Amino acid sequence: MATTDAGANSEAQPRARSERRLLTPEGVPLIFQLAERGERAAAVLIDLLIMFTAIAALVLAFYFGLGWLRIDGVAAGLMILISFLIRSFYFIYFELRWQGQTPGKRALGIRVIDRRGGYLRPDSVFARNLLREVELFLPMTVLFLPSEGSQGWVNLLTCVWVGIFLLLPFFNKDRLRAGDIVAGTWVISAPKALLLGDVAAEAARRKGHADEIDPAFPFSRSQLEIYGIYELQTLEEVLRQSGPQTAETRREVASRIQRKIGWAGEDNVDAERFLQAFYAALRAHLEARLLFGERRKNKHSRKRPGGEKA
Amino acid sequence: MSVPLKSPLKSFEFRREREKTWRELEDLVSRAERRGLKSLPADDLLRLPTLYRATLSSLSVARSISLDQNVLNYLESLSARAYFQVYGARSSLLEGIGYFLRRGFPGAVRAALWPNLLSALWMTLGAVIGFLLVEANADWYYSFVGTGMAGGRSPAASTDFLREGLYDGADSAADMLFHFATSLFSHNSAIGIFAFALGFALGVPTVLLLFYNGLTLGAFLALYDSRGLTWDLVGWLSVHGTTELLAIVLCGGGGLVLAGAIIFPDRETRLESLARRGRAAGTLIMGAVLMLFVAGFLEGFARQLVTDVTSRYVIGGAMLAFWLTYFALGGRDEQDGDD
Repeated sequence: MATTDAGANSEAQPRARSERRLLTPEGVPLIFQLAERGERAAAVLIDLLIMFTAIAALVLAFYFGLGWLRIDGVAAGLMILISFLIRSFYFIYFELRWQGQTPGKRALGIRVIDRRGGYLRPDSVFARNLLREVELFLPMTVLFLPSEGSQGWVNLLTCVWVGIFLLLPFFNKDRLRAGDIVAGTWVISAPKALLLGDVAAEAARRKGHADEIDPAFPFSRSQLEIYGIYELQTLEEVLRQSGPQTAETRREVASRIQRKIGWAGEDNVDAERFLQAFYAALRAHLEARLLFGERRKNKHSRKRPGGEKA
Repeated sequence: MSVPLKSPLKSFEFRREREKTWRELEDLVSRAERRGLKSLPADDLLRLPTLYRATLSSLSVARSISLDQNVLNYLESLSARAYFQVYGARSSLLEGIGYFLRRGFPGAVRAALWPNLLSALWMTLGAVIGFLLVEANADWYYSFVGTGMAGGRSPAASTDFLREGLYDGADSAADMLFHFATSLFSHNSAIGIFAFALGFALGVPTVLLLFYNGLTLGAFLALYDSRGLTWDLVGWLSVHGTTELLAIVLCGGGGLVLAGAIIFPDRETRLESLARRGRAAGTLIMGAVLMLFVAGFLEGFARQLVTDVTSRYVIGGAMLAFWLTYFALGGRDEQDGDD
């Protein structure tokens, strides 16, 4: 699905294997990260724990609370009914109410979305959670309550059958379980990103000059044409990081850049200041090239007039 | 701070102009995430879509002009979070249930007419074969009806015992009936959900389940028929059976819809076809579970308390008429607007 629009929309293409592109009704594609299988398993475990705790509490409450009322039939009936409701509707209730999240999913920061970018519809939620009956509850019954009197090969077949469902997310690239396939949903992780200061502008402001481009470091055009966007963004990470080794890393990065671009200025410049200046200059240069329709991915992509690599 | 009029970094200019909008949206979305969309005051609720679109447009521009990784990541994440709020679940739970009862369920039953008929056909086939086999040789009965299920109702039992089984219960305490009703309900709906979910395996287990259910039914009928108790047995069954058998047929139909989506994906890919039809089948099963709930209570209470054959037929017939009318007419007056 991500093969068309190579020119205009290339910046909105999924970059990694686990990223998925989804077209919003406004026509702007959003990129989501599929949730890890481990995250999903952990979320389910949390939810199961909550469910079983609730059911156990219920049983105890009825046993101690209603036992002396001598209405055993009603108590037992209610217990069966409520346990059934919890088992069948726990996931449905929360996914409807919390817009694709359950307590477990919320704890892990993942959620269910519609694969085609529309509303998460109630029937999707019904379908994906009803299938848990064969995916989750059947395996649990098989594992924990071995049926007496059945032959060995029946048990073996059951295990194979259960295994197919249980391991389904490992056999497709979208990490879909059977319920997701039937409901047309994805489970994605939705982390919160914070808006930090602009590296170039912050540096300029701290030093008190108005321009982001540090006048002490005049870079020539040919020096700026060596690197591409990947290197620029790696440099951004270096400049944003803080910790005990920061100064050393920066010195090393600065000297490597200086060697690569053939820096003719003084040798003993302040590494951080040099990197900030180079970052600002490189970004200004690459962004200017962007306006001309040239998106240079990294230092290996060859420069081509009139647009990026087709 | 001195503000330069013109900066070589256009992406920074761009950010400075729009950052206020982003921050405002972030604040709104964070509050909605913490306390629900309904907690937002009306003004904020009105601002949300506007801010969302503005931010989405920022994202679109930033992708083509900005190389500031942090700004891009921030806008991606913020747009996604706002998107979840703006395009989250559209209706409340109660509205959803109302819509489901008025239109969703009967519509889904009508949409899956052929799978449902096929499912009914399999069960009928099972019943006929079960009946004929047991009629020819009573030993077959033991193959079709497990000892737990039979509860002593076997060809070896006396006619009087069988007759009593149909009419006892009138003296049972009401609270025991409640227990009976709920356990029947959870047992039956587990089977129904199974029949649906097993449709994923190309429907083979679904068909087998339906067929086996039919065999059991047929075997029962043959046993009672051989003692001249057919009329009484059908009355006994019809109280809850009309509802319960219909629900099981619907569950089987839902399973066959899934199977059909895998085997005959038409022009879509199998994944798309499953996604589209699976949702409809999910609605079908929710409705069937609801019917089984009703059936459980009919079975637990009405059947045990009403011991007059004619009344039993009236109740069973009325339920059947009700369901069929509901499926045929429910929600037809409104425009069917799927997607």
